[in-house]
Amino acid sequence: MLTSPHLLGIKDLNAESIDLIVKTAKEFKEVLNRPIKKVPSLRDVTIANVFFENSTRTRLSFELAEKRLSADTINFSASSSSVKKGETLLDTVNNILAMKVDMIVMRHSSPGAPHYLAKHIKANIINAGDGTHEHPTQALLDTYSLREKLGDLAGKKIAIVGDILHSRVALSNIYALKKQGAEVRLCGPSTLIPKHIQSLGVEVSHDVKSTLAWCDAANVLRIQLERQQIKYFPSLREYAQSFGITRKMLDELPKEIVLMHPGPINRGVELSSDAADSPHSIILDQVENGVAIRMAVLYLLASRG
Amino acid sequence: MTRKLILSSPLLEITISRLCQELIENQIIGTETVILGLQPRGIYFAERLAAELSKHLENPPALGKIDATFYRDDFRRGGPLSPNSTEIPFLVENKRVILVDDVLATGRMVRAAMDALNAFGRPAKVELCVLIDRIYSRDLPIHPDYVGKSVNTLTTEKVLVEWTEQGHEADKIWLITQ
Repeated sequence: MLTSPHLLGIKDLNAESIDLIVKTAKEFKEVLNRPIKKVPSLRDVTIANVFFENSTRTRLSFELAEKRLSADTINFSASSSSVKKGETLLDTVNNILAMKVDMIVMRHSSPGAPHYLAKHIKANIINAGDGTHEHPTQALLDTYSLREKLGDLAGKKIAIVGDILHSRVALSNIYALKKQGAEVRLCGPSTLIPKHIQSLGVEVSHDVKSTLAWCDAANVLRIQLERQQIKYFPSLREYAQSFGITRKMLDELPKEIVLMHPGPINRGVELSSDAADSPHSIILDQVENGVAIRMAVLYLLASRG
Repeated sequence: MTRKLILSSPLLEITISRLCQELIENQIIGTETVILGLQPRGIYFAERLAAELSKHLENPPALGKIDATFYRDDFRRGGPLSPNSTEIPFLVENKRVILVDDVLATGRMVRAAMDALNAFGRPAKVELCVLIDRIYSRDLPIHPDYVGKSVNTLTTEKVLVEWTEQGHEADKIWLITQ
């Protein structure tokens, strides 16, 4: 049983809860490989997917997870709603809840938006990404995918490469990996690494080659141009040359490492095409595991009734 | 709390052997029949049955495990939620399926297992084999085809099955009165 009725971030999750979610996801992955990929567990649950920010993979993944669990779903995206007419977040969500909705999956551009909602409404809330803060289900599916490849993560060396400053995936992954006893090293240009990030118990490097040689797995993040109001590096070309990962770099390593990316990939920037499509890459496994992880999260939160 | 032994070795082996003879008498054919143990505790009994059958049949039926946690009717009503693994490394379509559990009480678990089974295909026939049948405690119209031992119990009583596979010293089946 999870300790909280919400999944707001990995920060408030303990190691046992992470284990429970991953163990449950493993059984859901088996369900997803059956001829009939559906279980009736959530047939009396209604879920609203409330997306104030664009998303393809996360929204599709949640929607599919909900349908595989037999939940009723409604979808809401800010671009086609009354939010444009000036409605507040709390009013919008309360109106959705008035239609007898049990769970809210929300993505919002403001960090802390789901935490604020959790204080004011009576429904299970799942954070599907809040600004540059957290993206818990992504970190959980990364954990699951890593465990499939590396086994227990205690003592394993995991590198997170790229735009750490704007990445909710990085923060959630740091929390998740540290709670499982992994060593974490961040790598990127100094302008894209937040000050004082070492206080979370991670190492910082600015050399991608030595970082790749050090790690068992590298999680490569997207350069988030849409969140960058100022220039953090001279050009994409220069970034690709200094921090981009190519197949040649992977082949020259003394051991085989696991390559991950939360998507969408900027091919030719943080990852070259031949690296993204190489056998090192588990990017599509991450997407597959994402549905199973989200089923596990929805199932475990809904079980609290 | 008092506990009373209702079945143990050597009677247990004789019971399992007798159930296998009944299955063979009912013309189970290895290639057309499969055995599915219900998680979490029916799998040990299913393994014993399969091992005994393989002594008598040239082509013993394939053995699998099925978990019905996601199909339970007490989800969000305080029921258990941690799933166990399902392993069905064969097709069930058009097969004769013998569902195997250690104790049959309310029948709700068997109902859930039949639902779970449907996700894998349409079996030709489904039969139920249980080691202990707690008669008079059924909530659903479910009746076993093969019974090791029938026990008349009160709702305040519980049947506890201990297998050596679970780390117990000997196979023992107890009736526990609260």
